[in-house]
Amino acid sequence: MEWMAWTWPTALFFAIIAMTLTVFTILAIKFPEMSRMGVLGMETTRGDRLFITLLGSAFINLAWLGVIGAKQPFALIVCLVYALAVFRWV
Amino acid sequence: MSNNTARNSGFKINGSTIVMAMYLLFLLLPIYWLLNMSLKTNSEILNSFTLWPRDLTFANYATILTDRSWYIGYVNSLIYVLMNTIISLLVALPAAYAFSRYHFMGDKHLFFWLLTNRMAPPAVFALPFLQLYSSVGLFDTHIAVALAHCLFNVPLAVWILEGFMRGVPKEIDETAYIDGYSFGGFFIKIFTPLIASGIGVAAFFCFMFSWVEMLLSRTLTNVEAKPIAAIMTRTSGADGTDWGVLAAAGILTILPGALVIYFVRNYIAKGFALGRV
Amino acid sequence: MNKTVNQKAWFLVLPVIVLVAFSAVIPLMTVVNYSVQDTFGNNQFFWAGLEWFDIMLHSERMWNALGRQLFFSCIILLIEVPLGIFIALNMPKSGFWSSFCLVLMSLPLLIPWNVVGTIWQVFARVDIGLLGYTLSAIGIEYNYTQEAFSAWATIVAMDVWHWTSLVALLAFAGLKSIPDAYYQAAKIDQASRWAIFRYIELPKMMGVLMIAILLRFMDSFMIYTEPFVVTGGGPGNSTTMLSIDLVNQGFNLGPKAAFSIMYYLVILLISYVFYTVMTNMDKKEGK
Repeated sequence: MEWMAWTWPTALFFAIIAMTLTVFTILAIKFPEMSRMGVLGMETTRGDRLFITLLGSAFINLAWLGVIGAKQPFALIVCLVYALAVFRWV
Repeated sequence: MSNNTARNSGFKINGSTIVMAMYLLFLLLPIYWLLNMSLKTNSEILNSFTLWPRDLTFANYATILTDRSWYIGYVNSLIYVLMNTIISLLVALPAAYAFSRYHFMGDKHLFFWLLTNRMAPPAVFALPFLQLYSSVGLFDTHIAVALAHCLFNVPLAVWILEGFMRGVPKEIDETAYIDGYSFGGFFIKIFTPLIASGIGVAAFFCFMFSWVEMLLSRTLTNVEAKPIAAIMTRTSGADGTDWGVLAAAGILTILPGALVIYFVRNYIAKGFALGRV
Repeated sequence: MNKTVNQKAWFLVLPVIVLVAFSAVIPLMTVVNYSVQDTFGNNQFFWAGLEWFDIMLHSERMWNALGRQLFFSCIILLIEVPLGIFIALNMPKSGFWSSFCLVLMSLPLLIPWNVVGTIWQVFARVDIGLLGYTLSAIGIEYNYTQEAFSAWATIVAMDVWHWTSLVALLAFAGLKSIPDAYYQAAKIDQASRWAIFRYIELPKMMGVLMIAILLRFMDSFMIYTEPFVVTGGGPGNSTTMLSIDLVNQGFNLGPKAAFSIMYYLVILLISYVFYTVMTNMDKKEGK
């Protein structure tokens, strides 16, 4: 495992992703997923919306870093707003 | 209808024939040039410009087939390609059955995940693969390349096999279970023979995609498992490039595809499109 | 076929998941770990935070490679898709000549990628290649090792040679699925050749064409071996595509990993868009 060069922040990052996936799996068992039509004109399930959120957040963070380049944690607030928007309307 | 078939079976020179002839000429000309060069001596290649070999020689092929450091490249490539084909098919068969017969939680996301692995650039994976296989002591072994190529070959095999399995009516499964077959017995004795052609096609494409890949196989090997693609680069030495041998080596790598191409001609599109045609 | 819901199917898929997780997830996690650290070798790592991402995002070299890459992929699509459809329309529909064309057209698809590079290298050289020699002989200034335009023309021609048949074979498969009755009806209506193409053939081909565009875009987006063998990314950096630029980063783990992640994210995004469009089209057809 040494060659993988784990650090606490990246380990935490993957742990959070794994936990999110687990939570959504449990949710899918308890409350089966229903697809619905969103503003993008396509049917999405809860899992799809999670994927769009995660992928979009990655790009938001990169854009923040590239354009603003400071106070990175604030990018997470933008991500949160984005996530809420995705889960509400997409 | 009869009118239509008469038009197709007869051979007439029309616009379509000219288009196809020109396109096929465009495809074959570069290959012909490689073949042409492989049958020439280096002095003929460099000193005179000839459209066909004046001084026909098979010395370039003889060099490759008698020199162990040359032909071992083909052997190495064949070993990891065959390993990869077997591994890919073994894991893909049950998965393809599951996808073709059942809905289960996350099946669509799984599909997409497999697709992204087919689309992922090998250049992204070359470095971590090198670290991964070095750390488990598999660097420069055939199995390392075979496993690395599973990245894109397993999704491929799953989707080709799934396409074929969907064509087998589900009633066959149900009848077999009523007749008292276990899942394993049914799968091996009844189901596998039914999709034999599909397995053949999937095997061919796993073979092919592993055979044509170079970046990963070159990165993960050094001496013992060096593929032919990496050995070919050594023809350019201090005293210029040995064009004749390079061309001959190239022609020999085309052979496996060319030999079986006729049998898979109707499945080429299916194989490249992940079974979605 | 109507599928039944069966969660036990997961056990059948498990081997695939384990294998692909081993060869995809573990490497990707490693890349993420490397991207936030600096190393001087010997497995000694130092925390670097987002520094590498910051550097790569402001690296002109990477943006240039991305620009070249997008330009290349677009040219490829603009040539190969129309040409592939055109070839498919002209292919014999059945009989001996159909098989004959299928076999010869498949040939370039099955050639190892480095050999595709070699073929075009020896074909296009000014001193020993048929193409280069002929072009020079008739007075066209052409030398792919010296001049950027020639180098670009060579790689584009090579990719068209290598992959147009794939588009053509897919389009041909789409064409063959059109029932004869459609053509009969068009004949009775005295539809023009263009109308037949526009209203019968093209809509029926849309599904396979989407796959063709997806495959051609993604595969050209990760092209490495062929231009590497022919031009080595040169002259200068003029044909350095994204993958070549990435490999050229050498053993600088940090920047290379940051680059890899951004490259992978772009691939994920494009794959997802294509995949969504494709599944939506499948659904509409199903209705």
